[in-house]
Amino acid sequence: MPIDIDIAHVARLARLALTEEELEGYRRQLGDILEHAAHVQDLDTSSVTPTAHPLGFVNAFRDDEVCPSLERAEVLAAAPEAREGYFVVPPALEGS
Amino acid sequence: MTAADLTITQAAAGLASGEMTSTQLTEAVLDRAAMTEAVLHAYLTMDRDGAMAAAAESDRRHARKDPLGPLDGIPIALKDNMCTHGVETTASSKILAGYRPPYDATVVERLRSQGAVITGKTNLDEFAMGSSTENSAYGATSNPWDPDRVPGGSSGGSAAVVAAGSALGALGSDTGGSIRQPAALCGVVGMKPTYGLVSRFGLIAFASSLDQIGPFTRTVTDSALLLDAIAGFDPRDATSFRGEYPNFSDAIGRGVQGLRIGVVKEFSGEGFEPAVEAACSSMLDRLSATGADVVEVSVPTVDAALSAYYLIAPAECSANLARFDGIRYGLRVSGATTEEMMARSRAEGFGPEVTRRILLGTYALSAGYYDAFYGKALEVRALLQADFAAAYEKVDVLVSPTSPFTAFKMGDKSQDPLAMYLCDICTIPSNLAGHPGISIPIGLDESGLPIGFQVMAPALGEPVMYRVAAEVERLATFDARPELAGVTA
Repeated sequence: MPIDIDIAHVARLARLALTEEELEGYRRQLGDILEHAAHVQDLDTSSVTPTAHPLGFVNAFRDDEVCPSLERAEVLAAAPEAREGYFVVPPALEGS
Repeated sequence: MTAADLTITQAAAGLASGEMTSTQLTEAVLDRAAMTEAVLHAYLTMDRDGAMAAAAESDRRHARKDPLGPLDGIPIALKDNMCTHGVETTASSKILAGYRPPYDATVVERLRSQGAVITGKTNLDEFAMGSSTENSAYGATSNPWDPDRVPGGSSGGSAAVVAAGSALGALGSDTGGSIRQPAALCGVVGMKPTYGLVSRFGLIAFASSLDQIGPFTRTVTDSALLLDAIAGFDPRDATSFRGEYPNFSDAIGRGVQGLRIGVVKEFSGEGFEPAVEAACSSMLDRLSATGADVVEVSVPTVDAALSAYYLIAPAECSANLARFDGIRYGLRVSGATTEEMMARSRAEGFGPEVTRRILLGTYALSAGYYDAFYGKALEVRALLQADFAAAYEKVDVLVSPTSPFTAFKMGDKSQDPLAMYLCDICTIPSNLAGHPGISIPIGLDESGLPIGFQVMAPALGEPVMYRVAAEVERLATFDARPELAGVTA
């Protein structure tokens, strides 16, 4: 059975301003995909611990050395809006 | 036949002996691209001026008898998800249209420092999510063997340029098969290295625990040569491998006498085209006849691997793609608040497949569902690794078809995400395990489309993987080239 999800809530979490029609399409597709993905729940995994790293590396450190960073002007040139060395954004809080 | 049809090894010999110049070679490749691109649309950006300038510099080094190595003067293409300083890098997304990175990816730095000539940036499925190169905001790429068919994906552009001779080699990235599957569909050699062997710094991230950069070439020898050039520790990638590893080119040409080759039992039967199964089975007979011990091996968890992958990869993608917020780079659609601006920019900038995976990943990571989906998928990943470890106690390498089928028609699977996901059933397990894998062309089906054979090995098993791959190549004697409507014939 396809899994039913609260797609509007998920889209809000993902910061995606989708139309009602788009949301409905994704809701159906995700239900089908999740039905397939839910097969992971059929396996007995009591013998293993979950892993996110394929080779099991931990703690990669490097020397704390001063080295050049990116050119500020070049970085800001890629921004949609920049002023006086800063990125410019609309108000972050409603009513501010 | 022009210089564009040479292998990297042949061209390097020609450059070293002074028989030809990099300027001549690069011109031949750019001329080829000028003809093939009208049909293929495999390049998103061609850097003709940059390439010719790099070729001229290479010629000066060769004239002084002081080249920077075997790649000095060789034209190489890059998948457009690798950052190139000052050269547009889009990952085939509208959200990065016009983006010019302020730095080079480590692999690009390494290629340049060894004298390689960068020809341009190749097409991909948006943010490397897809198996057909149809999900590009800038239009699909065609398969050089049949322009009505897909080249595979997501590195379809890189596979197509190497098949067509519009680069002698190329780099791609492989998260679930995105190098090996298009290599199989385009009749070239494509290789995914052990996780961590090649730096991911400057690769636009899709799923960080799975992504790995690797080479596309026309021969196995060239593949090892290109991997030797790009592998190595990089302090800018926290997952970069720090240990010792051998030179990969040395592994080639030693035959397979006495090696144990395991045939993955699960990768056959339903869903696999008969022509693909027949070609692979004939290759196994030949490997056996040449002295390898060929046995059937079961890796039971591979069936669940696809399900685990379609939770883990979207989960990581939803986190990685959060950086596209309309603030520091990329598309901005205005809004009254920062959040409204972000949500509008992202909805406008991402295509449907990327949006689908972000939503899927966000759901799998969200409160109440994490344990049932993402957490469980990570356990299945551990189970798969244990399965592989058990298999590699019995055999030196595992083999299978690279793709269950040859190149399919454009549009055939693009409306059905689940059907598209099945393209990568044979390649995904290597990514989840962090293991290397390579696809070698072994023949054509009845429609004249290439068939790929996959060789997998345990972590850092590249030498034995290349050893078997070179023998597969020798036994296959695959020397067909796409005619591309007479352009390259």
